[in-house]
Amino acid sequence: MRRDKNRWLIIWTGLSAAMMIVALYLALAGAPEANLQSQTGRYAQRIIYFHIPTAWVGFLAFLVTFVAGVAYLRNPRPEWDRIALSSAEIGTLFMLGVLVSGSIWARPAWGVWWVWDERLTISLIQFLVYAGYLMLRASVEDPARRARFAAVYGIVAFISVPINFVAIRLWRTQHPLMFGSSQGGLGPNMRFAFFFCLIAFTVWYATLMAHRLRLERLRDEVERLRQSILS
Amino acid sequence: MSYLRKVVAILWKDLVAELRTKEMFSAMFVFAVLVVVTFTFAFDLRVTGERVRQVAPGALWVAFAFAGVLGLNRAFILERDRGCLEGLLLAPVDHTAIFFGKMASTLVLMFVVEALVLPVFTAFLGIDLFNGWLLLVVALGTVGFAGVGTILSAMTAQTRAREVLLPILLLPVAAPVLIAAVKATAGILDGLAVAEIGRWLRLLIAYDLIFPVVAVMTFDYIVRE
Repeated sequence: MRRDKNRWLIIWTGLSAAMMIVALYLALAGAPEANLQSQTGRYAQRIIYFHIPTAWVGFLAFLVTFVAGVAYLRNPRPEWDRIALSSAEIGTLFMLGVLVSGSIWARPAWGVWWVWDERLTISLIQFLVYAGYLMLRASVEDPARRARFAAVYGIVAFISVPINFVAIRLWRTQHPLMFGSSQGGLGPNMRFAFFFCLIAFTVWYATLMAHRLRLERLRDEVERLRQSILS
Repeated sequence: MSYLRKVVAILWKDLVAELRTKEMFSAMFVFAVLVVVTFTFAFDLRVTGERVRQVAPGALWVAFAFAGVLGLNRAFILERDRGCLEGLLLAPVDHTAIFFGKMASTLVLMFVVEALVLPVFTAFLGIDLFNGWLLLVVALGTVGFAGVGTILSAMTAQTRAREVLLPILLLPVAAPVLIAAVKATAGILDGLAVAEIGRWLRLLIAYDLIFPVVAVMTFDYIVRE
Protein backbone atom coordinates (compact mmCIF):
# COMPACT_ATOMS: atom_id res chain seq x y z
CA MET A 1 0.00 0.00 0.00
CA ARG A 2 2.65 2.46 1.11
CA ARG A 3 4.95 1.32 -1.69
CA ASP A 4 2.16 1.91 -4.18
CA LYS A 5 1.67 5.46 -2.89
CA ASN A 6 5.37 6.17 -3.27
CA ARG A 7 5.34 4.93 -6.84
CA TRP A 8 2.65 7.47 -7.69
CA LEU A 9 4.65 10.17 -6.01
CA ILE A 10 7.70 9.25 -8.12
CA ILE A 11 5.69 9.23 -11.35
CA TRP A 12 4.09 12.58 -10.47
CA THR A 13 7.50 14.08 -9.60
CA GLY A 14 8.96 12.85 -12.90
CA LEU A 15 6.04 14.32 -14.83
CA SER A 16 6.41 17.67 -13.14
CA ALA A 17 10.18 17.70 -13.74
CA ALA A 18 9.66 16.96 -17.44
CA MET A 19 7.02 19.69 -17.70
CA MET A 20 9.30 22.21 -16.00
CA ILE A 21 12.12 21.41 -18.44
CA VAL A 22 9.76 21.97 -21.39
CA ALA A 23 8.52 25.16 -19.71
CA LEU A 24 12.08 26.37 -19.33
CA TYR A 25 12.76 25.67 -23.00
CA LEU A 26 9.57 27.43 -24.09
CA ALA A 27 10.28 30.45 -21.91
CA LEU A 28 13.90 30.87 -23.01
CA ALA A 29 13.83 29.77 -26.64
CA GLY A 30 10.50 28.32 -27.77
CA ALA A 31 8.33 31.40 -27.41
CA PRO A 32 8.66 34.01 -30.16
CA GLU A 33 10.50 37.27 -29.58
CA ALA A 34 8.37 40.05 -28.15
CA ASN A 35 7.74 43.07 -30.30
CA LEU A 36 9.99 45.36 -28.29
CA GLN A 37 12.63 47.90 -29.26
CA SER A 38 15.68 46.92 -27.25
CA GLN A 39 17.43 43.57 -27.15
CA THR A 40 17.48 43.71 -23.34
CA GLY A 41 13.76 44.38 -23.32
CA ARG A 42 13.11 41.34 -25.49
CA TYR A 43 15.16 39.14 -23.16
CA ALA A 44 13.58 40.62 -20.06
CA GLN A 45 10.09 40.09 -21.43
CA ARG A 46 10.64 36.31 -21.30
CA ILE A 47 10.46 36.45 -17.53
CA ILE A 48 6.65 36.65 -17.71
CA TYR A 49 6.53 32.92 -18.52
CA PHE A 50 7.89 32.27 -15.04
CA HIS A 51 6.88 35.40 -13.17
CA ILE A 52 3.13 35.25 -13.66
CA PRO A 53 2.82 31.47 -13.03
CA THR A 54 4.85 32.00 -9.84
CA ALA A 55 2.40 34.68 -8.69
CA TRP A 56 -0.53 32.41 -9.63
CA VAL A 57 0.87 29.55 -7.54
CA GLY A 58 1.46 31.98 -4.66
CA PHE A 59 -2.17 33.07 -4.58
CA LEU A 60 -3.44 29.54 -5.21
CA ALA A 61 -1.37 28.29 -2.27
CA PHE A 62 -2.90 30.93 0.02
CA LEU A 63 -6.38 30.00 -1.16
CA VAL A 64 -5.60 26.37 -0.22
CA THR A 65 -4.35 27.50 3.21
CA PHE A 66 -7.58 29.44 3.73
CA VAL A 67 -9.82 26.53 2.68
CA ALA A 68 -7.84 24.05 4.80
CA GLY A 69 -8.10 26.45 7.76
CA VAL A 70 -11.89 26.69 7.45
CA ALA A 71 -12.07 22.90 7.08
CA TYR A 72 -9.93 22.43 10.19
CA LEU A 73 -12.16 24.65 12.32
CA ARG A 74 -15.22 22.72 11.17
CA ASN A 75 -13.61 19.32 11.63
CA PRO A 76 -10.30 19.37 13.53
CA ARG A 77 -8.38 16.60 11.76
CA PRO A 78 -4.57 17.01 11.77
CA GLU A 79 -4.49 16.42 8.02
CA TRP A 80 -6.20 19.76 7.35
CA ASP A 81 -3.58 21.52 9.41
CA ARG A 82 -0.79 19.75 7.54
CA ILE A 83 -2.30 20.92 4.26
CA ALA A 84 -2.61 24.50 5.52
CA LEU A 85 0.98 24.55 6.75
CA SER A 86 2.46 22.96 3.62
CA SER A 87 0.59 25.29 1.34
CA ALA A 88 1.49 28.39 3.34
CA GLU A 89 5.17 27.49 3.27
CA ILE A 90 5.16 26.91 -0.48
CA GLY A 91 3.08 30.05 -1.05
CA THR A 92 5.47 32.23 0.96
CA LEU A 93 8.43 30.87 -1.00
CA PHE A 94 6.69 31.50 -4.33
CA MET A 95 5.68 35.01 -3.24
CA LEU A 96 9.34 35.69 -2.53
CA GLY A 97 10.06 34.37 -6.03
CA VAL A 98 7.49 36.81 -7.44
CA LEU A 99 9.15 39.75 -5.69
CA VAL A 100 12.65 38.74 -6.82
CA SER A 101 11.72 37.94 -10.43
CA GLY A 102 9.60 41.09 -10.62
CA SER A 103 12.55 43.19 -9.48
CA ILE A 104 14.84 41.53 -12.01
CA TRP A 105 12.37 42.42 -14.75
CA ALA A 106 11.66 45.93 -13.47
CA ARG A 107 15.30 46.93 -13.66
CA PRO A 108 15.66 46.71 -17.48
CA ALA A 109 12.00 47.50 -18.21
CA TRP A 110 11.44 50.45 -15.88
CA GLY A 111 15.01 51.37 -14.96
CA VAL A 112 14.42 50.80 -11.25
CA TRP A 113 14.34 47.74 -9.00
CA TRP A 114 11.09 48.64 -7.35
CA VAL A 115 8.10 50.92 -7.80
CA TRP A 116 5.09 51.15 -5.52
CA ASP A 117 2.91 49.81 -8.25
CA GLU A 118 -0.35 48.17 -7.24
CA ARG A 119 0.65 44.62 -8.13
CA LEU A 120 4.07 44.91 -6.55
CA THR A 121 2.63 46.36 -3.37
CA ILE A 122 -0.04 43.69 -3.02
CA SER A 123 2.55 40.93 -3.57
CA LEU A 124 4.81 42.43 -0.93
CA ILE A 125 2.00 42.70 1.60
CA GLN A 126 0.90 39.13 0.90
CA PHE A 127 4.45 37.96 1.45
CA LEU A 128 4.63 39.79 4.78
CA VAL A 129 1.21 38.49 5.87
CA TYR A 130 2.25 34.88 5.28
CA ALA A 131 5.69 35.34 6.76
CA GLY A 132 3.65 36.34 9.84
CA TYR A 133 1.63 33.12 9.48
CA LEU A 134 4.80 31.02 9.69
CA MET A 135 6.11 33.07 12.63
CA LEU A 136 2.82 32.61 14.49
CA ARG A 137 3.05 28.84 14.03
CA ALA A 138 6.65 28.81 15.24
CA SER A 139 5.58 30.60 18.41
CA VAL A 140 2.90 28.16 19.62
CA GLU A 141 3.94 24.79 21.04
CA ASP A 142 0.70 22.92 21.67
CA PRO A 143 -0.20 21.31 18.29
CA ALA A 144 -3.99 21.66 18.64
CA ARG A 145 -3.76 25.31 19.65
CA ARG A 146 -1.20 25.98 16.92
CA ALA A 147 -3.55 24.51 14.34
CA ARG A 148 -6.51 26.58 15.59
CA PHE A 149 -4.54 29.84 15.71
CA ALA A 150 -3.06 29.21 12.29
CA ALA A 151 -6.51 28.48 10.88
CA VAL A 152 -7.99 31.70 12.31
CA TYR A 153 -5.04 33.78 11.15
CA GLY A 154 -5.19 32.11 7.73
CA ILE A 155 -8.83 33.22 7.46
CA VAL A 156 -8.15 36.79 8.66
CA ALA A 157 -5.17 37.03 6.29
CA PHE A 158 -7.07 35.73 3.30
CA ILE A 159 -9.99 38.10 3.88
CA SER A 160 -7.50 40.95 4.00
CA VAL A 161 -6.32 40.09 0.45
CA PRO A 162 -9.29 41.57 -1.48
CA ILE A 163 -9.56 44.56 0.91
CA ASN A 164 -5.87 45.26 0.44
CA PHE A 165 -6.35 44.93 -3.28
CA VAL A 166 -9.17 47.49 -3.31
CA ALA A 167 -7.22 49.88 -1.07
CA ILE A 168 -4.07 49.68 -3.16
CA ARG A 169 -5.96 49.96 -6.42
CA LEU A 170 -7.79 53.11 -5.23
CA TRP A 171 -4.53 54.46 -3.90
CA ARG A 172 -2.49 53.97 -7.05
CA THR A 173 -5.13 55.06 -9.55
CA GLN A 174 -5.22 58.46 -7.91
CA HIS A 175 -1.98 59.13 -9.71
CA PRO A 176 -1.52 58.90 -13.45
CA LEU A 177 0.11 55.63 -14.44
CA MET A 178 3.84 56.07 -14.30
CA PHE A 179 4.45 53.29 -16.76
CA GLY A 180 2.27 51.91 -19.48
CA SER A 181 0.75 48.47 -19.08
CA SER A 182 3.59 45.99 -19.25
CA GLN A 183 1.76 43.00 -20.64
CA GLY A 184 0.47 44.22 -23.96
CA GLY A 185 -1.07 41.49 -26.09
CA LEU A 186 0.38 38.01 -26.26
CA GLY A 187 0.65 36.48 -29.73
CA PRO A 188 -0.80 32.97 -30.32
CA ASN A 189 2.57 31.21 -29.94
CA MET A 190 3.37 33.23 -26.87
CA ARG A 191 0.00 32.36 -25.45
CA PHE A 192 0.70 28.64 -25.84
CA ALA A 193 4.05 28.98 -24.05
CA PHE A 194 2.41 31.07 -21.34
CA PHE A 195 -0.41 28.66 -20.61
CA PHE A 196 1.93 25.69 -20.75
CA CYS A 197 4.09 27.38 -18.10
CA LEU A 198 1.01 28.11 -16.03
CA ILE A 199 0.01 24.42 -16.06
CA ALA A 200 3.59 23.27 -15.46
CA PHE A 201 3.85 25.50 -12.40
CA THR A 202 0.52 24.28 -11.06
CA VAL A 203 1.64 20.66 -11.44
CA TRP A 204 4.89 21.60 -9.74
CA TYR A 205 2.92 23.09 -6.86
CA ALA A 206 0.95 19.86 -6.51
CA THR A 207 4.21 17.89 -6.47
CA LEU A 208 5.73 20.11 -3.80
CA MET A 209 2.54 19.78 -1.77
CA ALA A 210 2.63 15.98 -2.02
CA HIS A 211 6.24 15.87 -0.86
CA ARG A 212 5.74 18.39 1.91
CA LEU A 213 2.62 16.60 3.17
CA ARG A 214 4.41 13.26 3.14
CA LEU A 215 7.23 14.79 5.18
CA GLU A 216 4.78 16.24 7.71
CA ARG A 217 2.90 12.93 7.99
CA LEU A 218 6.14 11.06 8.58
CA ARG A 219 7.16 13.59 11.21
CA ASP A 220 3.86 13.13 13.04
CA GLU A 221 4.24 9.37 12.82
CA VAL A 222 7.76 9.50 14.26
CA GLU A 223 6.42 11.64 17.09
CA ARG A 224 3.59 9.17 17.72
CA LEU A 225 6.01 6.20 17.75
CA ARG A 226 8.35 8.01 20.09
CA GLN A 227 5.47 8.72 22.48
CA SER A 228 4.33 5.09 22.38
CA ILE A 229 7.84 3.85 23.19
CA LEU A 230 8.32 6.34 26.01
CA SER A 231 4.98 5.64 27.64
CA MET B 1 -28.29 39.92 31.97
CA SER B 2 -28.53 41.05 28.41
CA TYR B 3 -25.68 40.63 25.93
CA LEU B 4 -24.94 44.35 25.91
CA ARG B 5 -24.78 44.45 29.71
CA LYS B 6 -22.18 41.68 29.65
CA VAL B 7 -20.06 43.57 27.13
CA VAL B 8 -20.33 46.71 29.23
CA ALA B 9 -19.39 44.73 32.36
CA ILE B 10 -16.14 43.60 30.74
CA LEU B 11 -15.48 47.10 29.45
CA TRP B 12 -16.13 48.49 32.92
CA LYS B 13 -13.80 45.99 34.57
CA ASP B 14 -10.99 46.97 32.19
CA LEU B 15 -11.59 50.69 32.66
CA VAL B 16 -11.62 50.42 36.46
CA ALA B 17 -8.36 48.44 36.37
CA GLU B 18 -6.90 51.08 34.08
CA LEU B 19 -8.13 54.02 36.19
CA ARG B 20 -6.46 52.51 39.24
CA THR B 21 -3.07 52.09 37.62
CA LYS B 22 -3.12 54.51 34.65
CA GLU B 23 -0.36 52.27 33.39
CA MET B 24 -1.51 51.80 29.81
CA PHE B 25 -2.84 55.25 29.28
CA SER B 26 0.40 56.99 30.24
CA ALA B 27 2.51 54.54 28.23
CA MET B 28 0.36 54.93 25.11
CA PHE B 29 0.14 58.70 25.36
CA VAL B 30 3.84 59.27 25.94
CA PHE B 31 4.69 56.80 23.21
CA ALA B 32 2.37 58.47 20.70
CA VAL B 33 3.86 61.89 21.48
CA LEU B 34 7.33 60.39 21.11
CA VAL B 35 6.44 59.00 17.70
CA VAL B 36 5.31 62.47 16.60
CA VAL B 37 8.46 64.06 18.02
CA THR B 38 10.70 61.42 16.40
CA PHE B 39 8.97 61.97 13.10
CA THR B 40 9.50 65.70 13.34
CA PHE B 41 13.19 65.20 14.14
CA ALA B 42 13.62 62.68 11.33
CA PHE B 43 11.93 64.87 8.74
CA ASP B 44 13.01 68.25 9.99
CA LEU B 45 16.25 67.84 8.09
CA ARG B 46 14.39 67.94 4.78
CA VAL B 47 10.80 68.96 5.24
CA THR B 48 9.94 72.56 5.98
CA GLY B 49 7.08 74.99 5.57
CA GLU B 50 4.25 73.89 3.33
CA ARG B 51 5.64 70.38 2.88
CA VAL B 52 4.98 69.55 6.52
CA ARG B 53 1.35 69.28 5.50
CA GLN B 54 2.28 66.44 3.16
CA VAL B 55 3.93 64.24 5.78
CA ALA B 56 1.54 65.15 8.61
CA PRO B 57 -1.20 62.52 7.88
CA GLY B 58 1.39 59.75 7.73
CA ALA B 59 3.05 60.82 10.98
CA LEU B 60 -0.31 61.09 12.71
CA TRP B 61 -1.45 57.61 11.70
CA VAL B 62 1.88 55.97 12.48
CA ALA B 63 1.59 57.48 15.97
CA PHE B 64 -1.98 56.16 16.37
CA ALA B 65 -1.10 52.74 14.97
CA PHE B 66 1.95 52.24 17.18
CA ALA B 67 0.18 53.47 20.29
CA GLY B 68 -2.69 51.16 19.36
CA VAL B 69 -0.32 48.19 19.18
CA LEU B 70 0.85 48.96 22.71
CA GLY B 71 -2.72 49.09 23.99
CA LEU B 72 -3.82 45.96 22.12
CA ASN B 73 -0.85 44.01 23.42
CA ARG B 74 -1.85 44.66 27.00
CA ALA B 75 -5.54 43.88 26.45
CA PHE B 76 -5.04 40.13 26.71
CA ILE B 77 -1.57 39.80 28.22
CA LEU B 78 -3.05 41.46 31.31
CA GLU B 79 -5.53 38.58 31.54
CA ARG B 80 -2.81 35.96 31.38
CA ASP B 81 -1.61 37.06 34.81
CA ARG B 82 -2.78 34.65 37.54
CA GLY B 83 -5.20 32.90 35.22
CA CYS B 84 -7.58 35.83 34.75
CA LEU B 85 -8.41 34.72 31.21
CA GLU B 86 -9.58 31.32 32.48
CA GLY B 87 -11.74 33.10 35.03
CA LEU B 88 -13.21 35.29 32.35
CA LEU B 89 -13.90 32.27 30.16
CA LEU B 90 -15.63 30.46 33.02
CA ALA B 91 -18.05 33.36 33.44
CA PRO B 92 -21.48 32.52 32.00
CA VAL B 93 -21.13 34.78 28.98
CA ASP B 94 -20.88 34.13 25.29
CA HIS B 95 -17.21 34.29 24.28
CA THR B 96 -17.95 36.92 21.66
CA ALA B 97 -19.04 39.22 24.51
CA ILE B 98 -15.44 39.01 25.76
CA PHE B 99 -14.26 40.02 22.30
CA PHE B 100 -16.55 43.04 22.12
CA GLY B 101 -15.77 44.04 25.71
CA LYS B 102 -12.05 43.92 25.01
CA MET B 103 -12.46 45.75 21.72
CA ALA B 104 -14.52 48.43 23.49
CA SER B 105 -11.96 48.96 26.25
CA THR B 106 -9.14 49.19 23.69
CA LEU B 107 -11.23 51.69 21.73
CA VAL B 108 -11.91 53.88 24.76
CA LEU B 109 -8.21 53.90 25.60
CA MET B 110 -7.20 54.70 22.02
CA PHE B 111 -9.81 57.46 21.70
CA VAL B 112 -8.63 59.13 24.92
CA VAL B 113 -5.01 58.98 23.76
CA GLU B 114 -5.95 60.31 20.32
CA ALA B 115 -7.98 63.14 21.80
CA LEU B 116 -4.85 64.26 23.64
CA VAL B 117 -2.40 63.63 20.81
CA LEU B 118 -4.39 65.71 18.30
CA PRO B 119 -3.83 69.06 20.08
CA VAL B 120 -0.15 68.19 20.64
CA PHE B 121 0.15 67.40 16.97
CA THR B 122 -1.65 70.62 16.02
CA ALA B 123 0.76 72.61 18.18
CA PHE B 124 3.94 70.89 16.99
CA LEU B 125 3.20 70.90 13.28
CA GLY B 126 1.08 74.02 13.06
CA ILE B 127 -1.76 72.28 11.28
CA ASP B 128 -5.31 72.56 12.51
CA LEU B 129 -6.72 69.06 12.89
CA PHE B 130 -9.99 69.89 14.61
CA ASN B 131 -12.45 69.34 11.85
CA GLY B 132 -15.62 67.25 12.08
CA TRP B 133 -14.78 65.09 9.10
CA LEU B 134 -11.28 64.48 10.32
CA LEU B 135 -12.59 63.30 13.68
CA LEU B 136 -14.88 60.91 11.79
CA VAL B 137 -11.90 59.52 9.87
CA VAL B 138 -9.97 59.09 13.13
CA ALA B 139 -12.92 57.26 14.67
CA LEU B 140 -13.42 54.95 11.68
CA GLY B 141 -9.72 54.18 11.35
CA THR B 142 -9.40 53.43 15.05
CA VAL B 143 -12.39 51.09 15.03
CA GLY B 144 -10.93 49.17 12.09
CA PHE B 145 -7.57 48.90 13.78
CA ALA B 146 -9.01 47.81 17.13
CA GLY B 147 -11.36 45.25 15.55
CA VAL B 148 -8.76 43.18 13.75
CA GLY B 149 -6.19 43.99 16.44
CA THR B 150 -8.33 42.47 19.20
CA ILE B 151 -8.64 39.15 17.31
CA LEU B 152 -4.88 38.98 16.75
CA SER B 153 -4.02 40.17 20.26
CA ALA B 154 -6.11 37.37 21.78
CA MET B 155 -3.90 34.95 19.84
CA THR B 156 -0.49 36.51 20.32
CA ALA B 157 -1.02 36.85 24.09
CA GLN B 158 -1.08 33.05 24.21
CA THR B 159 2.11 32.54 22.17
CA ARG B 160 5.72 32.38 23.22
CA ALA B 161 6.75 35.57 21.39
CA ARG B 162 3.81 37.59 22.84
CA GLU B 163 4.37 41.35 22.39
CA VAL B 164 6.80 40.91 19.53
CA LEU B 165 4.39 39.01 17.35
CA LEU B 166 1.37 41.34 17.40
CA PRO B 167 2.74 44.17 15.22
CA ILE B 168 4.15 41.61 12.78
CA LEU B 169 0.73 40.03 12.31
CA LEU B 170 -1.32 43.21 12.62
CA LEU B 171 0.43 45.78 10.43
CA PRO B 172 0.18 43.94 7.08
CA VAL B 173 -3.42 42.87 7.72
CA ALA B 174 -4.33 46.41 8.79
CA ALA B 175 -2.60 47.97 5.76
CA PRO B 176 -5.94 48.94 4.14
CA VAL B 177 -6.93 50.89 7.27
CA LEU B 178 -3.66 52.75 7.25
CA ILE B 179 -3.83 53.52 3.53
CA ALA B 180 -7.47 54.63 3.64
CA ALA B 181 -7.09 56.65 6.84
CA VAL B 182 -3.95 58.45 5.63
CA LYS B 183 -5.50 59.21 2.24
CA ALA B 184 -8.72 60.48 3.80
CA THR B 185 -6.83 62.60 6.35
CA ALA B 186 -4.65 64.04 3.59
CA GLY B 187 -7.74 64.77 1.48
CA ILE B 188 -9.36 66.67 4.35
CA LEU B 189 -6.16 68.64 5.08
CA ASP B 190 -5.91 69.54 1.40
CA GLY B 191 -9.48 70.84 1.56
CA LEU B 192 -10.94 68.31 -0.88
CA ALA B 193 -14.71 67.95 -1.09
CA VAL B 194 -16.22 65.16 0.99
CA ALA B 195 -17.33 63.40 -2.21
CA GLU B 196 -13.68 62.95 -3.16
CA ILE B 197 -12.73 61.19 0.04
CA GLY B 198 -16.01 59.24 0.04
CA ARG B 199 -14.42 56.08 -1.35
CA TRP B 200 -11.87 56.02 1.47
CA LEU B 201 -14.62 56.46 4.04
CA ARG B 202 -16.58 53.60 2.44
CA LEU B 203 -13.49 51.38 2.53
CA LEU B 204 -12.99 52.17 6.22
CA ILE B 205 -16.64 51.44 7.02
CA ALA B 206 -16.46 48.12 5.15
CA TYR B 207 -13.31 47.18 7.04
CA ASP B 208 -14.88 48.19 10.36
CA LEU B 209 -17.80 45.85 9.71
CA ILE B 210 -15.99 42.84 8.20
CA PHE B 211 -13.54 41.99 10.96
CA PRO B 212 -15.93 42.06 13.93
CA VAL B 213 -18.04 39.58 11.91
CA VAL B 214 -14.95 37.40 11.37
CA ALA B 215 -14.28 37.68 15.10
CA VAL B 216 -17.79 36.52 15.98
CA MET B 217 -17.26 33.43 13.84
CA THR B 218 -13.72 32.57 14.98
CA PHE B 219 -13.20 34.00 18.47
CA ASP B 220 -14.39 30.85 20.18
CA TYR B 221 -11.56 28.87 18.57
CA ILE B 222 -8.95 31.31 19.87
CA VAL B 223 -9.88 31.29 23.54
CA ARG B 224 -11.00 27.65 23.79
CA GLU B 225 -8.69 25.50 25.90
